[in-house]
Amino acid sequence: MTEARWETPSARTLVLDVPQWPGHLPGQHIDVRLTAPDGYSAQRSYSIASAWRDGGTVELTIQRVADGEVSSYLTDVLEPGQQLELRGPVGGWFVWRGAPAPVLLVAGGSGVVPLMAMIRARGDARGRQPFRLIYSVRAPQDTLYATELARRVRDDPGLDVHLAYTRKTPDDWLEPPGRIGVATLNTHGWPPDFAPDVFVCGPTSFVEATADILVALGHDASRIRTERFGGTA
Amino acid sequence: MSIISPGFGGRRRSSAPDLPPGQYLTHDFPVLSAGPTPRIPLERWSFTITDETGARTSWSWDELNALPQEDFTVDIHCVTKWSKLGTTWRGVSLDTLFENVESTADFTMVHSYGGYTTNVPLEDLLDGKAWIAHTFDGEPLHPEHGGPARLVVPALYFWKSAKWVNGIEMLQQDEPGFWEEAGYHMYGDPWREQRYQGD
Repeated sequence: MTEARWETPSARTLVLDVPQWPGHLPGQHIDVRLTAPDGYSAQRSYSIASAWRDGGTVELTIQRVADGEVSSYLTDVLEPGQQLELRGPVGGWFVWRGAPAPVLLVAGGSGVVPLMAMIRARGDARGRQPFRLIYSVRAPQDTLYATELARRVRDDPGLDVHLAYTRKTPDDWLEPPGRIGVATLNTHGWPPDFAPDVFVCGPTSFVEATADILVALGHDASRIRTERFGGTA
Repeated sequence: MSIISPGFGGRRRSSAPDLPPGQYLTHDFPVLSAGPTPRIPLERWSFTITDETGARTSWSWDELNALPQEDFTVDIHCVTKWSKLGTTWRGVSLDTLFENVESTADFTMVHSYGGYTTNVPLEDLLDGKAWIAHTFDGEPLHPEHGGPARLVVPALYFWKSAKWVNGIEMLQQDEPGFWEEAGYHMYGDPWREQRYQGD
């Protein structure tokens, strides 16, 4: 790890310089394995946050989770200069390959991480595909990449971002806090007739609810790709 | 050679000693799916075995439920690294379903509502190793977890246990299914940690 930065008080981006990294597609993930001095090891998968540029670094954004033995080490203990054991890139389904179709991204919490890689890849490639991100967060201070998203929206007419707050909104916000529902997806997503490629990532309950609504609104289920995390029963 | 992470102790919550390499124990039932959850009305549900000549044997929901039912308790291991021990299911053994199917093919492709596919060798489906399950923990299997019915092949990583299953196609040669096309292992034995291509 060459450097690290805090995105929010509980989410940290790790910048990794990986020798012989073959490159990756936006949406792919990486396996991180930690080994204790006595040989005990634990591994977890994390989405890659960065778009790949030749010779560049690989960035992971790690959300600290309660009881997370790997995530809390990566957010609170790992220091620049330390080495990590990695495996990847992994995954060939939840990836954006630069197809010409419009894209709808729907993120719940740290589910925004692989979607950010897609936004960054499109930005690097100066892609013309219209992108919309609907991003559900608990409160303004939980928003990952807030400054960068605002800058990208300002500089790029092809990118829209709609933030939906579930617990607390900014003071001047017009909508009350709440979960993403039919109205949000209908208003801020693409019409099904545009046949967008849809990527939904977040906790299981969020992904289930969002994908059900999108299908009910008329989106083709085969164009909706989902990635879920969390131990919802 | 693994890299030692100074200061990493871990939680060592696996009081259960027998987990496959790289797995951790969970008491939840996490969900892994590639897309939206299909909802299949029971009156339209069917399950079909297609042999290598194209001959089909099908069961409706009522016909499946009229077959001999088995209760089974198995450990399940997801490639995303959680394992869940002692899960209880009810369903129909594939031995029962294959009883009258004549085939010389060694491989199968399992098909699901929603288009999901996964490949499993026939020998891993027979001899009490796999079921079409419709009940989990005493309750009808929730759609999120593959209801009305899913395949359960506990000896392999759980992506092989196709949710929303609707058929098995016999193949003379092994072919990759959905996740296998996307870089996951063709066989998927958790004890040999066959997660990805090349493992």
